[in-house]
Amino acid sequence: MSVLAIVSAAAAAAEEVHGAAESAGLPQLDPAWWPSQIFWLVITFGALYFFMSSKALPAIGGAIEERRDRIADDLDQASDFKRNAEEAEAAYNQALADARAKAGAIAADKRAEVEAEIAKMQAQTDAVLEKDLAAAEARIAEMKAEASSKVREAAADAARAVVETLIDEAPTKDAVDRAITTVANS
Amino acid sequence: MLKFRAADPLEQFEIIPIVDLHLGSIDISLTNSAFWMLLGTGAIIVFFLLATRRAGLIPSRLQSVAEVFYEFVFDLVRDSIGSEGRKFFPYVFTLFIWILISNLFGLLPTLPIIPHEYHTFTPTSHIAVTFALAILTISIVIVYGFWKNGLRFLRIVAPKGLPLWLMPILVPIEIISFLARPFTLAVRLFANMFAGHILLKLFAGFIISLLATQSFMSAMAIIPAFGVIAITMLEILVAVLQAYVFAVLTCIYLSDAEHPDHH
Repeated sequence: MSVLAIVSAAAAAAEEVHGAAESAGLPQLDPAWWPSQIFWLVITFGALYFFMSSKALPAIGGAIEERRDRIADDLDQASDFKRNAEEAEAAYNQALADARAKAGAIAADKRAEVEAEIAKMQAQTDAVLEKDLAAAEARIAEMKAEASSKVREAAADAARAVVETLIDEAPTKDAVDRAITTVANS
Repeated sequence: MLKFRAADPLEQFEIIPIVDLHLGSIDISLTNSAFWMLLGTGAIIVFFLLATRRAGLIPSRLQSVAEVFYEFVFDLVRDSIGSEGRKFFPYVFTLFIWILISNLFGLLPTLPIIPHEYHTFTPTSHIAVTFALAILTISIVIVYGFWKNGLRFLRIVAPKGLPLWLMPILVPIEIISFLARPFTLAVRLFANMFAGHILLKLFAGFIISLLATQSFMSAMAIIPAFGVIAITMLEILVAVLQAYVFAVLTCIYLSDAEHPDHH
């Protein structure tokens, strides 16, 4: 039903179009109005062309160009800054490495110096200690010898006293010595 | 009882004189067509004056829009003609923007209170206008082609490297296709505008006819109403597309005049 209505309406409209075209013809094909249309086309199009080519387009193109130049300049400047920063960083790293190397060298020197001093002091101390030790040993030997001669003497006195008590006759010093020596060696 | 009357779909194309003007015996009256040409051109000029008023490094909104148009057409000209195409840029730009605004202003709605002679009118829906524009383009191509290349311009109808035996067949075809250019250029734009506006009027007419039945059928008017909305959107696309097509073809033809050997 609705489709039919639309179709009939369309048919009516089409008939109207047909009728109008038959009665008046297409307005586009009426040559009477062609000169006027072309005249005003030339006026408006010509004015617009003049306006665009002399004013609007140079202004817009100039602004675009200027912006492009400015952006290129800024990019150049930015890359300059970046290069400078990179150079500064390299210099800093170089200085840091130098300082580190220098510090290391100083530390090594000092260590060697200190070690040499320690070695020297140790050698001195060792020498002193050795001398003391030798002296001590000499004294010990001396004291030992002294002590043993005193023990012999005491033994000889004791032996003479014992013999004197036993046989009431004092033996000679030589005989006692010989006897002690014999006992000590046996 | 008929309250509504569907207007004749061809009425929108009628030329109505507003101010009678004569140049000798030629009628150059200011008509509704001339009025809409002036309105469109005036609007473009006002827009670009505002857009470039303080053209600066940081563009205003209007300047950004103007720059979009500028770069769009500039790239089109450079891509199809090459760097030598710079001198044609203002022409192609004017052509594109003039046709675009003429097409788009033709889709503006008309309020019922507006006098008949100021009803929305599309200058590019008239073959006289589109044909004049096409002739202008082809004239520039021919004049510039011969001025730049001399007789070498004739190469565009005889492509290089063509076998001799093909010449008698291909050269007439090329000549005919060259001669047909102004007609195809003019008719393509005119027919698109004409057909689109007829279609819009027909669908609008259906609404009126259905409402005029003043029965339950009146509710059916919603169907062509949606149709009108859809076609209006389509016509906006066609308006932009046809302005673009005209500009593209103008660039291609100008490129022939610039490099007749690369045809």
